[in-house]
Amino acid sequence: MKIQTNLAPSAKSLALHAGVVLLLLALNFLLPEYHRGIFARVLVLSVFAMGYNLAFGYTGLLSLGHAMFFAAGLYGAGLPIYHLGWNVWPAFGAGILAGGALALVVGFLALRTTGVAFMIVTLMFAQVFYLTTLYFTTYTRGEEGLVLPQAVRRLSLPDGPLDLSDPSTRYLVALSLFTVVLAAILFLVRAPYGRSLVAIRENEERMRMLGYDVFANKLAAVVLSGTFCAAAGAAYGVLFGYVGSGFASIQYSILPLLWVLVGGAATTLGPLIGTLFMFYVIDTASSYTTAHLLVVGLVLIGVILFFPKGIAGTVRERWLRWLP
Amino acid sequence: MASLTPLLITRDLCRSFGGLRAVDQVDFSLPEGETHAIIGPNGAGKTTFVSLICGRVAPTSGSVVFDGTDISRMPAHKRVRAGIAYTFQITSVFANLSAFDNVALAVQRRLIDDHERGLTSRALVEHGMDALHKVGLAALADKVAGNLSYGHQRLLEVAMGLALKPRLLILDEPTQGLSDSEIENFISLVRQIGEEATVLLIEHNMDVVMALAQRITVMEQGRVLAQGGPAEIRANPAVQQAYLGG
Ligand SMILES: Nc1ncnc2c1ncn2[C@@H]1O[C@H](COP(=O)(O)OP(=O)(O)OP(=O)(O)O)[C@@H](O)[C@H]1O
Ligand SMILES: [Mg+2]
Repeated sequence: MKIQTNLAPSAKSLALHAGVVLLLLALNFLLPEYHRGIFARVLVLSVFAMGYNLAFGYTGLLSLGHAMFFAAGLYGAGLPIYHLGWNVWPAFGAGILAGGALALVVGFLALRTTGVAFMIVTLMFAQVFYLTTLYFTTYTRGEEGLVLPQAVRRLSLPDGPLDLSDPSTRYLVALSLFTVVLAAILFLVRAPYGRSLVAIRENEERMRMLGYDVFANKLAAVVLSGTFCAAAGAAYGVLFGYVGSGFASIQYSILPLLWVLVGGAATTLGPLIGTLFMFYVIDTASSYTTAHLLVVGLVLIGVILFFPKGIAGTVRERWLRWLP
Repeated sequence: MASLTPLLITRDLCRSFGGLRAVDQVDFSLPEGETHAIIGPNGAGKTTFVSLICGRVAPTSGSVVFDGTDISRMPAHKRVRAGIAYTFQITSVFANLSAFDNVALAVQRRLIDDHERGLTSRALVEHGMDALHKVGLAALADKVAGNLSYGHQRLLEVAMGLALKPRLLILDEPTQGLSDSEIENFISLVRQIGEEATVLLIEHNMDVVMALAQRITVMEQGRVLAQGGPAEIRANPAVQQAYLGG
């Protein structure tokens, strides 16, 4: 028997992912304005979901506090722009760094616990972060938030600045970030490090006795996850021009969990599918009825019944075993 | 020069659980290359003793020296990388992964440390299949581990241990639940392993012990009751009374 193992994605899966990116690129020119706006938002938020998926789906760390990493990116980028007049590039970098550093500290402390305790500890940290954004209302304007004026949302490039508030530019920048993170995760999950994360999720004690430093591996996963989420937060702030503490609230810790569950945990495309699906379910339901949350709830139950492993997860299980 | 100091030494090693002394002042030494069996009734402290050696359990007091270095405070994963491999008494494989992917995780860890060879897909397949060949599971490489028979899962455990290329391989009741013919094969497998590595074998099946062990340690209530070659142990009156049911 010929056993093969690839430490890089297969040609088939590379082609699929490239196809998805090309399709999204084409949609920039095909979608009506309203839907292009939704898609731009979905692309940024699926980066948030992909980051969450790395911790929750692949490593099995059920965090209820990832809003703090998204919001760390949001504020890390937004505050220096608003108060210090920073350019978008360094501000974006600051947002990512803020999220990565926060994830390092929170991971270091929270990973001493597992299971339910881990959920509670991450929830508490996120709550502290949320309250902190409210406490410094002078700088953050709390729930009301800061609106970044169009004049400062410019991305300087060699060929002159890009206006990030322009719908097409905004879409393409969101797609670029999405593509980078998707590619990173696609390669990561095939690489030895990604395999060891999945194995830690499956059987931590066994991994320790194979010589893996389980704590260090998990910590690295939390830091990477937090960094991706922060990148999404920073991008969200500069692309949509709004930085508010609502994004640090518990709701934004639950949402990525839902998106990932619906799309398929531990799949590369699940976060995009889940985020897109939920956005349109909510959008469609709320245009027909004021009781839209009821409809959303029913749809979620339906998804879980027919796609117990999420949409992409169930497709992989039933039909396409090679899906990463 | 052949090493005159033993590969493994424990001094005054103790571990209590509440009031229970699971391992009680054990002095033990194991020369490199030996295949050594630990026997004793249920609850004698055998698993706890080897867990202290491989770092899964922290000692209450006492020390463990491996290859001349005191490893008493070393975390388990570092001990594995220093050359101590442990196969679980309760089968612990990655049930959702293929048999090959199970051993590949062990090979991968070792190749990351092996800067000369490095980690490549080819090396992974070569070393992984090599370990599966040794235990006779090569033909089942692509089968999901959770669907393998119990006996095959036990062998897979051993293959994961072997794939680490350990200097000391600890086997905790590897033949538990195996059929007679599987036990036959297992004995010749451990003989083969014993030519390259030091083996510490916890075993209830006396035929296996007598066939494999150069020396035997008998444990009872956390203490070493007797130690010696197979013939000596068989003849020891205290052992016969306590364990062999003589
Ligand atoms: N984690 C633990 N907490 C409390 N007591 C424990 C723990 N682990 C082992 N013990 C106790 O320590 C004693 C020794 O257990 P151990 O598993 O080392 O015995 P053993 O010789 O391996 O037995 P067996 O042949 O049944 O595998 C037993 O009385 C057991 O109940
Ligand atoms: Mg035992």
